[in-house]
Amino acid sequence: MSTNYTRPLDIKNGRIEMSHGSGGRAMAQLINALFAAAFDNPYLAQSNDGALLPPVGGRLVMSTDGHVISPLFFAGGDIGCLSVHGTINDVAMMGATPLYLAAAFILEEGFPLADLKRIVESMAKAAAEAGVPVVTGDTKVVEKGKGDGVFITTTAVGVVRDGITLSGDLAQPGDRILLSGTIGDHGMAVLSQREGLSFDAPIVSDTAALHGLVATMLDSGAKLRVLRDPTRGGLATTLNEIAKQSGVGMLLEESAIKVNPPVAAACEFLGLDPLYVANEGKLIAICTENDADKLLKVMQSHPLARDAAIIGRIHKDEHCFVQMTTKLGGRRIVDWLAGEQLPRIC
Amino acid sequence: MKYVDEFRDGELAKIIAANIAQEAVPAQVYRLMEFCGGHTHAISRYGLSDLLPANVRMIHGPGCPVCVLPIGRVDQAIRLARDQGVILCTYADTMRVPASDKLTLMRAKANGADVRMIYSTQDALKIARDNPGREVVFLAIGFETTTPPTAVAVKQAKAEKLQNFSILCNHVLTPAAMHAILAVAGGVQLDGFVGPAHVSTVIGSKPYEIFASDYAKPVVIAGFEPLDVMQAILMLIRQINSQRNNGSASVENEFTRAVTREGNLKAQALVAEIFELRDTFEWRGLGSVPHSALKLRPEFAAFDAELKFSSDYIPVPDHKACECAAILRGEKRPQECKIFGTVCTPENPVGSCMVSSEGACAAHYSYGRFRGNE
Repeated sequence: MSTNYTRPLDIKNGRIEMSHGSGGRAMAQLINALFAAAFDNPYLAQSNDGALLPPVGGRLVMSTDGHVISPLFFAGGDIGCLSVHGTINDVAMMGATPLYLAAAFILEEGFPLADLKRIVESMAKAAAEAGVPVVTGDTKVVEKGKGDGVFITTTAVGVVRDGITLSGDLAQPGDRILLSGTIGDHGMAVLSQREGLSFDAPIVSDTAALHGLVATMLDSGAKLRVLRDPTRGGLATTLNEIAKQSGVGMLLEESAIKVNPPVAAACEFLGLDPLYVANEGKLIAICTENDADKLLKVMQSHPLARDAAIIGRIHKDEHCFVQMTTKLGGRRIVDWLAGEQLPRIC
Repeated sequence: MKYVDEFRDGELAKIIAANIAQEAVPAQVYRLMEFCGGHTHAISRYGLSDLLPANVRMIHGPGCPVCVLPIGRVDQAIRLARDQGVILCTYADTMRVPASDKLTLMRAKANGADVRMIYSTQDALKIARDNPGREVVFLAIGFETTTPPTAVAVKQAKAEKLQNFSILCNHVLTPAAMHAILAVAGGVQLDGFVGPAHVSTVIGSKPYEIFASDYAKPVVIAGFEPLDVMQAILMLIRQINSQRNNGSASVENEFTRAVTREGNLKAQALVAEIFELRDTFEWRGLGSVPHSALKLRPEFAAFDAELKFSSDYIPVPDHKACECAAILRGEKRPQECKIFGTVCTPENPVGSCMVSSEGACAAHYSYGRFRGNE
């Protein structure tokens, strides 16, 4: 008889049980077999209450993001890689190099271990590709019916190089607005999956870590004022936030804003406006007029921003309206979203 | 996107705009009512008024289903959900229409009433099948476009003997509303109508002929895409110019890809099988309009929520400062309402026109308020 034997986790058929969050042997086993194995790095291997990290030179940026997406798996990604990309991007939008991630899981009793493994491995792969290790974490289990499978909160820490200050309140009249690519891909990938819609060309989420693109943009020396990723609420909401923070108006060119044809079709079908649909791998950059063309070229040379374009400019406006010249040649406001984007009825 | 981009072509729009500018006689004013909220939305969203000369004025009409629903009708639905404990199903925008006591269906839901947003009448039937122990009421609203799906649901419910399903019928009729607008003494002055797109796919273009023959108002039925609207405006200007040279008004069809003179006869027959005319119906803005709405025929009385739950319609006056009524009659513009954009916003609508994206106030607020009072 072995006095030290623990039966291996039944990943294939097993499910999360309350004991997996109780702090006992079952929890330790889950953490070791699933999380530690996937995220493997020296900081996590310290196995303490927190990760002891080496000193960094420079100002720190910290950001946190809760991920509650349904469905958990969608074309182009899953909640795992999304929770890594989303938080890395928030740090990157501050002009920082992301260094470390922390992850907290809220698991619902009965959640299949096979799905959890898939999610954790996707997270680990995304973190490895981004070069940002998950150095500490936490797991809790809630009773069946009190969660939606799995919720993941990630926190990232990064360091900003000297001389870089990016902030939503720095946009100035004359500045140009750049967008790194097509809009609406993530939101429509998730929504069309949820609604069971399929199209000739599948809609794939754009979820991606943007810190590499940001580093390239910062290296170009272009005078950047604002970086932001248009996630929830889409391009329209993010631009309105910046306009309000900076106390300026914006004028966009509709023809410069690209939408993939299947995304446009799905939006048309569901009565949604792609300007308000979420993205997870795009960024908005606001820079000085003089540096806009240079920045655009640098962005277009990066694989994550090949479709980058200058989509508008900043001007003085006490009302902080975001306006747009439509493809038809008229002008309209691109407003904050009122309530939820609901389908039209006739 | 095929079949859509063609109708949003900026270069073509410029050509039509140039024709409009050339053909509109500068000394004359062209007052055109777009009846439908769908057109109001397209005009605002694409900024089409920037493409029109100043003497071509678009006047928003009452063709927005939730806008014309009076407070008392929403109250009735809330009472059913709150006091009678029914599952109340309805389409999205209806959830936010202000009712009495600062309630909306959405707030009633937050307070515990079982109100569910559905996408199709089939969803309501499914809820009824899945909840045999509960009464399920579908708050049916809308013009002729949304009436056939309601008729299908009632017919299906009868065939299935679905005894826990009924409808609170608020289906209204487009031509009756057009009559009402033209009948208001001292009301809005109009030179022509941009006629409804989707409504006309069902009823055809024939029912509008009386407006050309008896009221001498040209009607051009138009699709909801921006080029449809521009083309219809050009066609109306040509008709009005011809009228001013002793020509006569007529009904023209710009939306030939979907509308015929006779319309969808199958849908019309189905609607006639299930519904009959109400003697009168109160509209927000237009008041009581005779023969302007539908109710279930006696043989479908078991599915009539008003009879089933003895639910009476109690008229309620609009908010005193709200100009929705005058806006729905085309007599005022949203920016002429004192509470527009201050007390009344899309987040906190006072009147129904601020609720739906097809409402004149919501469209102007969301897309055009940078224009100020121009």
